[in-house]
Amino acid sequence: MSQIPTEYYLILSAAIFVIGALGVLVRRNVLIIFMCVEMMLNAVNLSLIALALQFGQLTGQVVVFFVMAVAAAEVAVGLAIVMAYVRHRDTLNIDEINLLQG
Amino acid sequence: MLAGLPIYQVTTLPIYNLEITMQLLFFLALAAVAIAGALGVVLSKKPVYSALSLLVNFAVVAVLFITLQAQFVAVVQIIVYAGAIVVLFLFVIMLIGGDLTGVGNRTRMRNVASIVAVVAGVLLLAGLGYAVIAGQMASASGSTPGQGSVQAIAEALFTDYLLPFELTAVLLLVAMIGAVVLARKPEESRNG
Repeated sequence: MSQIPTEYYLILSAAIFVIGALGVLVRRNVLIIFMCVEMMLNAVNLSLIALALQFGQLTGQVVVFFVMAVAAAEVAVGLAIVMAYVRHRDTLNIDEINLLQG
Repeated sequence: MLAGLPIYQVTTLPIYNLEITMQLLFFLALAAVAIAGALGVVLSKKPVYSALSLLVNFAVVAVLFITLQAQFVAVVQIIVYAGAIVVLFLFVIMLIGGDLTGVGNRTRMRNVASIVAVVAGVLLLAGLGYAVIAGQMASASGSTPGQGSVQAIAEALFTDYLLPFELTAVLLLVAMIGAVVLARKPEESRNG
């Protein structure tokens, strides 16, 4: 049984999430933006597990299991998209990826 | 048990009766390494350093899962996140050579976005800090000893969550097909 209060874990999860959000907004490299998105997902996983322990239910851990599966699928497809784009345009700068004019 | 003995007890804090135990020191050390890894991902100049900092972050979060009695999820975290996703990132970085460096040019919109992100982050952390001070959330309550084990998760996964389980299998198949199709070289059109 953990004697550490749950909100310590929640604060750590929020800190990692905020750092990941800052990384998504500040960095230019597409791969690093992708890494920060995965870090944000990981922070939410930590929050879910901490709350699953506090409420004594297993739902949080099962949801984390599914989040990890979806994150793995997302990374595979996302990196395939990045590789296809780099092969086409030869740039990793997010400011220059504007084929859709957005 | 040695882990539960308090080293000393601070009773003069007006807000929170803080009790320094070995568990708390261990948690603080892990939290410091996790935040250092997170900052390393955001602030590194080279993408390989960012990927390695991400690996450190994932490994420390897996240890935190073990302290939260989620042993199965911790091992899955090591296998899937640290062992597959970070390896995928490293493969792609080394295949296409992520050689863009720096934190970004200082355009005005990027400055505004970073300021908005910092303000939102401070608000989020302040809200959680208020919850700590007001004492709204209790400590981790009683849980059964075998809660995070493989058997408990398997029981939940194959009875209550069977439909999401099957749909996840279909999702992984679709993702695999999509990744293979996207990564093919474009074929030349043929006459005839």
